[in-house]
Amino acid sequence: MPILDWAVTASFVILSLALVLIFLRLLKGPTLPDRVVALELIASLTVGFIATHAVATRTASFLDVAVVLALTAFLAAVGFARYLEKGGHRDDD
Amino acid sequence: MMIEILTGFLLVLGSLLMLLAALGALRMPDLLTRMHATTKAGALGGGMMVLAVAVFFDDGAVTARALAIVVFIILTAPVAAHLIGRAAYFVGIPLWEGTLKDELKNRYDPETHTLASPDDATPEDGDKGGKPDERRRD
Repeated sequence: MPILDWAVTASFVILSLALVLIFLRLLKGPTLPDRVVALELIASLTVGFIATHAVATRTASFLDVAVVLALTAFLAAVGFARYLEKGGHRDDD
Repeated sequence: MMIEILTGFLLVLGSLLMLLAALGALRMPDLLTRMHATTKAGALGGGMMVLAVAVFFDDGAVTARALAIVVFIILTAPVAAHLIGRAAYFVGIPLWEGTLKDELKNRYDPETHTLASPDDATPEDGDKGGKPDERRRD
């Protein structure tokens, strides 16, 4: 049991650190596609957070949340790509 | 005991891969190299962490859902990366100054976004891509 608790705490800490790093990229940009890539990684980091939380609380139902989040993240990426390709506004010029 | 060790191992390894992806996205010089870091390491890390949940609960319904998420991540990560990379290329994002070769330069029709050979290509190069009237002209 202590091994698992240690691992859960360690992965929460590592994921939080990764979230801070990718948030810096989200702030810096410099173009809209860079921010879309950062948002996509934030979504998969959140799937990781949900998985860790499911193990930490011993609640398997959280996996359904992860399913929905993975789905919407993909749809958001497709939507942003379509917006850019049809000539949307890019915020670096 | 064995299950807990395996779960912890998968969780920590998956989150380390995610950290690697975030570090790559922060440090890499241009969009395409950043996507190279985030897409592969991010998808592998996410898949491993969901797999850790499947190992931990050791239950058919949970394993089925976890495997569905893993398959979904593996299917959609390349598609999303391709779409964003393609859109960003059309928008004209700057490439890293150390880029050696841009094979697609002048090969896309800026209006229709279809791929074709440039008009100044050598004849055997130019005749490869489809019928002549489908080729780009300007």
